Amino acid sequence: MSNIQSQSAEKPQFYLEEDHHPEGSTNLGFWLYLMSDCLIFATLFATYAVLGRNYAAGPSPADLFDLKLVAINTAMLLFSSITYGFAMLQMERGAKQETLFWLGITGLFGLAFLGIELYEFHHMILEGATPQRSAFLSAFFTLVGTHGLHVTFGLIWLVTLMVQVSKHGLIAENRRRLMCLSMFWHFLDVVWIGVFSVVYLMGVVG
Amino acid sequence: MTTNSTSHEDAHEAHHGHSHGHEAGHGSLKSYVTGFVLSVILTAIPFWLVMGDVLDSKVATVAAIMIIGAIQIVVHMVYFLHMNTKSEGGWTVMALIFTIIIVAIALIGSLWVMHHLNTNMMVMSPEMMKNLP
Repeated sequence: MSNIQSQSAEKPQFYLEEDHHPEGSTNLGFWLYLMSDCLIFATLFATYAVLGRNYAAGPSPADLFDLKLVAINTAMLLFSSITYGFAMLQMERGAKQETLFWLGITGLFGLAFLGIELYEFHHMILEGATPQRSAFLSAFFTLVGTHGLHVTFGLIWLVTLMVQVSKHGLIAENRRRLMCLSMFWHFLDVVWIGVFSVVYLMGVVG
Repeated sequence: MTTNSTSHEDAHEAHHGHSHGHEAGHGSLKSYVTGFVLSVILTAIPFWLVMGDVLDSKVATVAAIMIIGAIQIVVHMVYFLHMNTKSEGGWTVMALIFTIIIVAIALIGSLWVMHHLNTNMMVMSPEMMKNLP
């Protein structure tokens, strides 16, 4: 009898050992998602690298790309990255209105980026440079379009979080969500570095 | 305004008491501004090289674009994504290294295989070219 009692008394020790951080595991899990997203972009970059010079007697990057527009687009994404950083700094201070303000600015820069990209796509399609025209253009629209789709979903996420923050304030859950979106948003900027280097700049150099 | 700020401080303290151990994810104003200035410079250089036609050699221009791009990716990782070897007990770095290896295999492998496929293709004669569909 006393034996059983001592056993049950020792039992809780098993459960007290572990020190669990739910927020930390969210960050790691989201990082793993970003790494898997990286693989999607890697396959699309590989496809573009292989097919990027198969013009099928159609237009080449030097004919199509307006580097001034791409430079403006890159600036938009860079500005949105630093304004998101400012939003995170305000979040850490616990300043709700300032966080919302910087998130709004980030959203506007993201929207400008998307607008310029859609204008570029529209312009190219009007010139007959559609995805069906050549392997180069199929690969181009898939790669740059996938990045644009990511930015679109990032913007939807951003607006959702702005509503969440304005309704519930900077609670722990919203801080965690803002942290995840921050990683996503900066990750998209990293992918864009690859896009403007490999697709636009190296395309125009030839 | 004062009541507001005290409530903010409370929230701040509550947050930090609750979630120790992921400070690695936060940056400071200085780190964000440093990262931003570096990225602006590292973006401007390749655009200037291409738009201004600065270098005579195409190979040199492409090499410069790739090297500066790689440096800029590292800058973003460090200053914006706050990567370091200690966050999450080193697991983010492990995942990153694994991903870089897979990405390198996918990119280099695709280019290598397709290059050999292209060079080993039968050379097309003008007659064959005419009969293409």
